[in-house]
Amino acid sequence: MADAIGSLPPLDIVRAPEAGEIGPVQVSWRLALREFAENKLAVAGVVVLLFFVLFSFVGPLVYHGNVLHSDLSIANSPPVQGHPLGTDAEGFDVLGELMYGGQASLEIGFLAAIFAIAVGALWGAIAGLAGGLLDGFMMRIVDILLSIPFLFVVLIVSVRFGANVLSLSLIIGAFTWLVPARLVRGEVLTLRVRDFVSAARTAGATRWRLINRHLLPNALSVIIVNVTFNIADSILTVAYLGFLGFGLQYPNYDWGDLLNNGTNFMLDGYWWLIYPAGFCLIATVMACNLIGDGLRDALDVRMRRR
Amino acid sequence: MPVTAYLIRRCGTAVVILIGISIFTYLLLHIVYPSPARSVLGPKASLAAINAWNRAHGFSGSVFQQYWTYVDGLLHGNLGYSFKLNQSVAALFGERWERSAYLSGVSLVLSVAIAIPLGIYQAVKRNSVGDHVATTLSFTFYAMPDYLLYLVAIQLFAIIWRVFGPEGSQSASMTGVVLDWRDMTLPIVCLTLLVLAGYSRYMRSAAMDTLAQDYIKAARAKGLPERLVLYRHLARNAMLPMITLVGLSIPALLAGNLICETTFNFPGLGLLFFNSLQNEDYPVLLAYTLIGAVLTVLGNLLADVSLTVADPRIRLT
Repeated sequence: MADAIGSLPPLDIVRAPEAGEIGPVQVSWRLALREFAENKLAVAGVVVLLFFVLFSFVGPLVYHGNVLHSDLSIANSPPVQGHPLGTDAEGFDVLGELMYGGQASLEIGFLAAIFAIAVGALWGAIAGLAGGLLDGFMMRIVDILLSIPFLFVVLIVSVRFGANVLSLSLIIGAFTWLVPARLVRGEVLTLRVRDFVSAARTAGATRWRLINRHLLPNALSVIIVNVTFNIADSILTVAYLGFLGFGLQYPNYDWGDLLNNGTNFMLDGYWWLIYPAGFCLIATVMACNLIGDGLRDALDVRMRRR
Repeated sequence: MPVTAYLIRRCGTAVVILIGISIFTYLLLHIVYPSPARSVLGPKASLAAINAWNRAHGFSGSVFQQYWTYVDGLLHGNLGYSFKLNQSVAALFGERWERSAYLSGVSLVLSVAIAIPLGIYQAVKRNSVGDHVATTLSFTFYAMPDYLLYLVAIQLFAIIWRVFGPEGSQSASMTGVVLDWRDMTLPIVCLTLLVLAGYSRYMRSAAMDTLAQDYIKAARAKGLPERLVLYRHLARNAMLPMITLVGLSIPALLAGNLICETTFNFPGLGLLFFNSLQNEDYPVLLAYTLIGAVLTVLGNLLADVSLTVADPRIRLT
């Protein structure tokens, strides 16, 4: 079918692709959803992620842990009545802190991923559609930035500019849009020679409309899968920044910062300062990875074995 | 001749990317740290003194001139000068690179050596107990912040059971570091586990893709013993994506090395980077970023070239 780009294809070909045609297969969302629902691990991931979203954002409305007034008389107390997960060195309630820390971790994860995908998808779509010199130039920029160790640059920039949720999300997003850009470009390259794109072009669609209405929606499956993995990676990146001491600044803190505080008391055996925060991080990141894997299996028809 | 043409073109791309990287690191350095004059001459230095110092050390003039001075220095092996440590960056790296290379190199070799058989085993015995255990472990390690594993390992093996040392070897000589198994076991084993977590997931799916190929069916159909099917047909083909993966994962390996050396206080390049972050010693930071980027480009180049050698099916067009 690919030789029909120049000619005017009848529009109904879009609805009836020829048998054995290779290329990005149209995603059937209903089928994908069913496939996803059958994947127990992925569903467990959704449940865990939902739990932590509720825990962090609705939890503080229900459970009022003291995270504002330090009380050294109960500092570093193991779990007791009123403090189900004990207290930290300031006498703050650990469970309450986990809820607020979760807000920052999840917000940064989502914001950074959305920022990255917005920039990356647009960049990749423009490069893929433009082709030629512009494509080469845009993708060389991606190659260059992709060769530079991500954590190093993020650390250097956040020493200078880091501090709150928004700036850290922007910094992380500014260096994670590269992989989505590559993925979307690859997808657009195969999509742009398809008949429905030529049809839209002949019908007089502008480039912006082509990208916006025809290319990106069809590359959506790739985009969604990448967002889930990006969320997981961003949450971990902030945790690394927090551990190295260049993350959020008080009164903002994330799970990584809590974990980092806890590790100061490793020798004292204050397990409640370390393992709950570590568990939250691992469980959330793992849930995002499981969802991503599940989505990839469900959306990528080539992976569908059954 | 197509191989030579391909190699020339591939090297050409690599050179373009290297030039781009030098521009990027220079601009980053220029933006966050335009001139070290203030930190060298002190807060009370006059503007005239600062301007004179800038002129004498190549920090004046247009951005293009300064960039050219920077690149000229790089091409002559001058990576910059750390005014905080009063030592050239090259000398600082020269003292430390062997330790990082040892730590990362051993972990990388171990992870590849374990990931290949493990991934094949998991693919062949899919959904067995062993597969589930390995998958669960690799998912856990993959989702874990590196330092959590290190800290748990330090608490268990160094503090409670006292089998290994709590920090990396502090020995001054490289031989001392290599022989100091008591202090080096924990960093190497933990780093291996973390790298392995990513690699084995990848290897498992590569092996599963290969298992579905027709030549495996053909090999089984002609009555080849299963052991030979696995060694001759499955392993050789499933290993190919690993070459690309190792090339691609160099930035992640360097980041892993940074966290590992910081947690275990092991005086390699990663710990130097961390200390320089705290001192805001930008020449060191950007020189290491540049070296990391160059290593990545070279790693990818090497991976692409060795893949064309290892896989004759790749057609060079």
